[in-house]
Amino acid sequence: MAPFALADIFGQTGFFIIVLLIGVGFGATLEMSGFGDSRVLAAQFYFRDLTVLKVMFTAIITAMTLIFLMSSLGLLDYDLLYVNTTYLFPGIVGGLVMGVGFVIGGFCPGTSLVAMASLKLDGLLFVLGVLFGIFVFGDTIDSTFGAFWHSSNLGRFTLQDWLGVDAGIVVLLVILMALAMFLGGEKLEAIYGGKPKQLTRGRGFKFSAAGVLVLAGVVVALLGQPTVEQRWSRLPEAVRAKLSDRLVFIEPIEMLHVMKGRNAKPVLFDIRSEGRYNLFHILDSRQINPRAFQDEALIRDLKTAQNTIYFIVADDERSAAETWKTLAAWKVPNVYILNGGIDGWIAYFTAHPVKHYPDGKPPGLLPEDPDFYHYKDVAFTPKVKLQKVKAPAGGCG
Amino acid sequence: MKPSTQKAYLNPYLGGILLGLVLFISFFLTGNGLGASGGLNRFVVFIEDLFAADHVNQIPYLASMAGGTVNPLDHWIFIMIVGIIGGGSLSALLNGRFKVETRKGPRISVPTRLAMAFLGGAIMGYGARFARGCTSGQAMSGGAVLSVGSWTFMFAVFVGAYALAWFVRKLWLDERR
Repeated sequence: MAPFALADIFGQTGFFIIVLLIGVGFGATLEMSGFGDSRVLAAQFYFRDLTVLKVMFTAIITAMTLIFLMSSLGLLDYDLLYVNTTYLFPGIVGGLVMGVGFVIGGFCPGTSLVAMASLKLDGLLFVLGVLFGIFVFGDTIDSTFGAFWHSSNLGRFTLQDWLGVDAGIVVLLVILMALAMFLGGEKLEAIYGGKPKQLTRGRGFKFSAAGVLVLAGVVVALLGQPTVEQRWSRLPEAVRAKLSDRLVFIEPIEMLHVMKGRNAKPVLFDIRSEGRYNLFHILDSRQINPRAFQDEALIRDLKTAQNTIYFIVADDERSAAETWKTLAAWKVPNVYILNGGIDGWIAYFTAHPVKHYPDGKPPGLLPEDPDFYHYKDVAFTPKVKLQKVKAPAGGCG
Repeated sequence: MKPSTQKAYLNPYLGGILLGLVLFISFFLTGNGLGASGGLNRFVVFIEDLFAADHVNQIPYLASMAGGTVNPLDHWIFIMIVGIIGGGSLSALLNGRFKVETRKGPRISVPTRLAMAFLGGAIMGYGARFARGCTSGQAMSGGAVLSVGSWTFMFAVFVGAYALAWFVRKLWLDERR
């Protein structure tokens, strides 16, 4: 399922070649749309020619609709896409500054590269200006507005999080908003741009494209983003079989070795009730209600944490298996179940003969933190395999 | 190759759909959107690292990209810049727009235009780093995946530009208004 860890599949060179081709497509479409010409870009701000608005918003809604359609169909994992971190106020200030630079210089960084590539001297000078501005920023930010620049960090914060609705609804609303802006924009062009017939030009294409987009938006809104059950049923058979074949059930002795080892960070989720947890729990385990695994922010943290192995600790196998299915459906890697649950753990470490004690048994305390020294040489067949994590890389960094 | 006559630009909606497809493919394959200023940023740090490596290592923001022996250009965002330039040249060549010239408003001279391009670029470069991304990496890419910060940023760009447009109209407009 997309996106792919391209560097792992094709190597770093292969990954760079793909990015290079994407860049070529990007540069070529910008140039073909007229974005290499500062006059076309600047005309946007005098309502003469709204090409910038049209191209940019059409691109956004086209990509957005495809992304969320693919996500609805289970072909693309939205959690693994890089969503720009929201730094609210630095973003607004930076945006205002950029707007000023845009209308004075007639380009934005991407379009100036295209202008330079087509030998436009104003494009070249703009690029040099951008490099200078970046240089000034890099050398002064830590000593000037550093605190402000790091402020109002809201993390991965999306419109659907903010509005509290399904992403599909937001997709449809954004499409409708963009179409309304296009309509208004063409009216402005008719008034200020001396293009009285703008609205009726190429009507067939415009209306059919708009129709397809609205239809796709309605489909995305109706489908909604996939539920846990749908995600589970779409998993490959091999993944689902791990549960029925008991490949994810880990004996207490192996869990202890993972917990005390240095290869990975163990995280124990104790899904029993708080009362049971307070009576006895394994040291450093975390009590959690399995319903918490419906929270997308928590899930995203779990699935992007590097080098982490999760163990589900429960009373009964059924609830442990349900929780495992939920986490597998969300594609959280490296999740295992403590075989026999908490009772299995207690039974093993209270009853298992330990050579160092005279009667072969440790003292009567419940084993919340078994002394690894006594168990480090116990042999077992390891089942835990640490899987590499696909984490979204930084965006415009 | 001799430039032939200049062809017309694409219908903006068609251009937008093509650009949207490129953006989608980028997200679908790599998990990342498009970007321009990030790569330029790394280029600047690369140059700085050549001449003042100690200085780069002492400033946290710069050291995060080029501290020690790290090569700031060894990053996909810089490769994308190379692609953008290549794609831009290719399209300009094929459409007869590959020639040395300066595009400007009718009321200003070429040197004025070039000076303004540099000035605007410098402001833009500073602002783009302040906003952690430019029109491509922040507004378009973040907009398509519905980041709140990207949408507020996008409207801020338009507000900033429209607020100043009237005062600098001499740069772009003829005598019509």
